[in-house]
Amino acid sequence: MADPVLRAQHVQVRFDAGRVRAVDTVSLEVGRGEVVALVGESGCGKTTLIRSVVGLEPLAAGSVEVEGRPIGSSGKGRALRAVRRRVQMIFQDPTGALNPRHSIYEAVAEGLRIHKVKGDEAALVSDALAAAGLRPPERYLRRFPHELSGGQKQRVLIAAAMALQPALLLADEPVASLDASIRGEILALMRSYVERDGVSIVAVTHDLGLAWNIADRVAVMYLGRIVEVGPAEAVLRSPQHPYTRALLSVVPETGHLEQQILTGETPDPSKVPSGCRFHPRCPVVASGEAARLGIEDRCRGVDLELEVVAEGHEVACHAVSVRST
Amino acid sequence: MSAAVAWARRRASAADAWRRLRRDRLAMTALIVLVAFVVMALIAPLVSDRADFDAINTGGNPTNSSPSGQFVLGTDGLGRSMALQVMWGARISLLVGFSATVLMIVLGVVVGLAAGFFGGWIDAVLMRITDWFMVIPFLPLAIVLASVLERGVGTIVLVIGITSWPSTARLIRSQVLSIRERLYVDRARALGAGKGHIIGRHILPNVTPLILANTTLAVPIAILTETTLSFLGLGDPTQVSWGGLLERAGTTAVKAGYWWEYLPPGVGIVLVVLAFTIIGRAVEEVLDPRLRAR
Repeated sequence: MADPVLRAQHVQVRFDAGRVRAVDTVSLEVGRGEVVALVGESGCGKTTLIRSVVGLEPLAAGSVEVEGRPIGSSGKGRALRAVRRRVQMIFQDPTGALNPRHSIYEAVAEGLRIHKVKGDEAALVSDALAAAGLRPPERYLRRFPHELSGGQKQRVLIAAAMALQPALLLADEPVASLDASIRGEILALMRSYVERDGVSIVAVTHDLGLAWNIADRVAVMYLGRIVEVGPAEAVLRSPQHPYTRALLSVVPETGHLEQQILTGETPDPSKVPSGCRFHPRCPVVASGEAARLGIEDRCRGVDLELEVVAEGHEVACHAVSVRST
Repeated sequence: MSAAVAWARRRASAADAWRRLRRDRLAMTALIVLVAFVVMALIAPLVSDRADFDAINTGGNPTNSSPSGQFVLGTDGLGRSMALQVMWGARISLLVGFSATVLMIVLGVVVGLAAGFFGGWIDAVLMRITDWFMVIPFLPLAIVLASVLERGVGTIVLVIGITSWPSTARLIRSQVLSIRERLYVDRARALGAGKGHIIGRHILPNVTPLILANTTLAVPIAILTETTLSFLGLGDPTQVSWGGLLERAGTTAVKAGYWWEYLPPGVGIVLVVLAFTIIGRAVEEVLDPRLRAR
């Protein structure tokens, strides 16, 4: 990809004194104005991955570059602060993400003050609120978070993030805590910033419907790894990885896939299985198809990386590799 | 943003807080009571002479006389005016109460904040020091310090201050530990905030109610501790304080029913303590938007 906004290479994030690899060697590039959905079950490391991009989790290995400049422990001081401004994040729980003691004005102005943004602070705050759909902004400036609804609070967070004119917006389950009736509005709002400002978005979600709605590309994570990544259309219409197929098969709208309920233990990142980390729960292995293809030993014993199966579509699965050759 | 703008904003929010406090009748009453006591303590040297109630000058006065026109609050066993002693006693009680509290809160907040926020070895070292101070028995230390150091108000303040800060430090630390894990602190870091910003804008404002509550409790404790030390003869024998007055009355006046010798200092302590608690509560309400009545 030429001139990506985000280039994460071989990122590892470890917890518990290094014993748990929450994110295990993930590489991801995001182009300008591109919306990438990061999907997977709870605990698969998707939130940890974007937290590491914004510097909230230290990298155990690998590197993260935003617009070609390193972020995280490799950058220092003023340079780091300048890069930080280009990456902003919104959170799953807008109530917790707003300091209850700060008025809406202060919440939005906080980033402007930290980065000493030039210009009329009051005007910048009002514009940001109006752009996020809180109109007229004067009505909200002096209010406090507890006086707003969940959707309004999420708009405040988006306004505060976008007031800094970032190149990349990271969204951690941006609508999971909101009423179904306003999820669409918030997603449309996020999409509007892509069209208007050319911002790139990485949205973490376990909701594939959301991925359908706003993503250009989809990356599927399982146990700290990306197992499938590609254009939203390709990944969601013709999923290759058995894990992606299983995820999609339980979404009502995708009637064309036979429903597969995943069995086996929920993944524990402190005990990553050998070989393909999905093999204990993999329907291909369980049904004996892997044995028929003569790859069961590889599934159980050989770890693997993403392989290109089509233009921009990559999958990490022994069965897919064997079938395509 | 320029410093002038920041200053104007701070002044505006302080004015806003004061306006809200003004609306609280009870808090205003408490504030008036407290101010009255402080004023009384401050003007004592202007309206009277310390020598007026030195025992050598009171030989001609009636002893243990009940309140009268000449002595508004009566006299004690040595013929000394109780009104004057209560006025002068307020000086020492309030001075010790305030200074010891300031010392205790400052020490406790700095240690608790540093330990809670930075964690790691800083936390470990500071908490071991805190534990060490916590297990030192209060009275023996007070006795040792009072005998090693010069007798005086300063020593009492020091003794109260350095024996009472550990509980504040632990309290603040536990609150900081909880606040630094809040999502809005993560958000501030994601915005690009440094440690100073996070402490100043998020941690400290959110432990302020705790600090205020702790202060309102610490002032009466400091005043009462001063009483204890005076009782043990570790106070400043040349000074008269409310605690000292109570103590002296306890030996004879209470049995004899000379209420004017123990009621005024006792009521003084109760009023000051109560006023502090009410004001602390009101200030907390003003500073925490969630507690505001809509």
